[in-house]
Amino acid sequence: MTEIRNYTMNFGPQHPAAHGVLRLVMEMDGEVVERIDPHIGLLHRATEKLAESKPYNHSIGYMDRLDYVSMMCNEHAYVLAIEKLLGVTPPLRAQYIRVMFSEITRIRNHLLWIAAHGLDIGAMAVFLYAFREREDLCDVYEATSGARLHAAYFRPGGVYRDLPEQMPQYSPSRVHSEKDVRAKNMNREGSVLDFIQSFVDRFPSCVDEYENLLTDNRIWKQRTVDIGVVSPERALQLGFTGPMLRGSGIEWDLRRKQPYEVYPELRFDIPVGVTGDCYDRYLVRVEEMRQSNEIIRQCVSWLQANPGPVMLDDHKLTPPARTEMKDDMESLIHHFKLFTEGYSTPPGQVYQAVEAPKGEFGIYIVSDGANKPYRLKIRAPGFAHLASLDEMARGHMLADVVAIIGTQDIVFGEIDR
Amino acid sequence: MTTPSRARDADARVSTEQFEKALHSLAEEHHASTALCFKEWTLEAPREAQISLLRALRDNRTFQFDQLMDLCGVDYAEHAIADKDPQRRFAVVYHLLSVRQNRRLRVVVYVDEARPVIPSVASLWASANWYEREAFDLFGILFEGHPDLRRLLTDYGFVGHPFRKDFPLSGHVEMRFDEEKGRVVYEPVSIDPRVTVPRVVRREIRE
Repeated sequence: MTEIRNYTMNFGPQHPAAHGVLRLVMEMDGEVVERIDPHIGLLHRATEKLAESKPYNHSIGYMDRLDYVSMMCNEHAYVLAIEKLLGVTPPLRAQYIRVMFSEITRIRNHLLWIAAHGLDIGAMAVFLYAFREREDLCDVYEATSGARLHAAYFRPGGVYRDLPEQMPQYSPSRVHSEKDVRAKNMNREGSVLDFIQSFVDRFPSCVDEYENLLTDNRIWKQRTVDIGVVSPERALQLGFTGPMLRGSGIEWDLRRKQPYEVYPELRFDIPVGVTGDCYDRYLVRVEEMRQSNEIIRQCVSWLQANPGPVMLDDHKLTPPARTEMKDDMESLIHHFKLFTEGYSTPPGQVYQAVEAPKGEFGIYIVSDGANKPYRLKIRAPGFAHLASLDEMARGHMLADVVAIIGTQDIVFGEIDR
Repeated sequence: MTTPSRARDADARVSTEQFEKALHSLAEEHHASTALCFKEWTLEAPREAQISLLRALRDNRTFQFDQLMDLCGVDYAEHAIADKDPQRRFAVVYHLLSVRQNRRLRVVVYVDEARPVIPSVASLWASANWYEREAFDLFGILFEGHPDLRRLLTDYGFVGHPFRKDFPLSGHVEMRFDEEKGRVVYEPVSIDPRVTVPRVVRREIRE
């Protein structure tokens, strides 16, 4: 009889399936995992400490870089927490814009997730399909905020600016002929909202395409069904949120249960899984893309019908218009004070959570009445999920660890902070 | 592991009055104080009562806080709280969520500077495991009874607790690759910490 030895195996931190800089030290029994010790912190930038040394508005840009595939949702939590401290409510149009972009971000996140998860466990084609749609959403980000990824678009008191009247268009070049460009610019003739509308009309059939590739795919099912099963009790114990919790059959969605902004006005369903395995979580996320699409559709039709301000008019909190600043002394003073000193918040502590694509993203601010937070704590959903990797992967094969990392939708920007 | 049974799902949601009444009586029982700030309830509990209070919050049918959403340390060294009472240098803040009752609660427990030790809640909520490791790493708060209290986020061989207020923002050491030695070397930081925007407290907002 051959002797089987237990051995310790190192995975990462430079590994394509590690989704960034995850290092796992695994104790293996043959090909079966006995224990996993994740080593994290390789991307630790001390965002929370940095935020303590800066005025509130300076840290909005750091929020984008936490969960760097769902940028605006992070900003959303931070901005809402500041608004809660200050006791201000942004104009209704700004709230609709924020909700619309939160849902665009959710689709972007899930598209990247389905692409990367598919790639990890051997479905190459989905990546190409998902990035096709993601590109359009990047363009929406760019047209509105000027950046394709790190938008810094949400501000306390509203959003940085209104949606542009024009969608940028492609121009012909050596590689793109006039005819190609005309076809590409077909849905870019109108405003950004028109472009989003055309995306929303097209997107459900795109989701059907991903589902055609995966949902009944025998290999996909072999790799995900009954892998990483989490019971509802354990999901609560382990601090799961978002699709990880819903995949285990608990109907919990902050957008519905503890609504913020204009979510009570919008119709959408909460998909729930049954068995709590990787396949159920896949189905939940796919359905979330469809639901987000419907939310965006409702926001677009509201925004098209209701023009209005997108930023509060309180210049202690929001900057005055550039033109005003040039010929009004008071506006100039406001501008100067806001950009050199910022605003002070009342002392106290707040916790504000939003339903980010990965789960509950929370911001806890302790304020001592200054223009900087005394302590900022970021509650990242991925942190609790990764902490459960050991429990989820125990007794599974090595290859299943990759499937479990994929289903957890790990992003190190938010875990290491 | 003692997890509340699923049969409780059928329980009706407790009204806000009932919840607040139960919260006050629970606080009294454990010599804790309650505060409602920005529409969020906060319990400040003494260290001795921490475990029994948190267990009651998890298991009591009026509360059912079955999820520990967040646990973090706070260093009050430069705050009025620590000025008044040096016993309150650190705080451990628990953010609880009840999925069944749809409520949140914050529990604050202050920890002494000289002996920053507090019982671990990893046996109550499994999610506390990493949160406590993080708080230990960043603040140096020791969690008694934690199954595996190691550093989590900082570098291997890191010295100090970086989120303490007396730890400089730029840190103590910097690293670079040394061509001659052919390895990474650590040296004292060459940059001076500077304040770009001074801290300002505006009175009129404070009142």
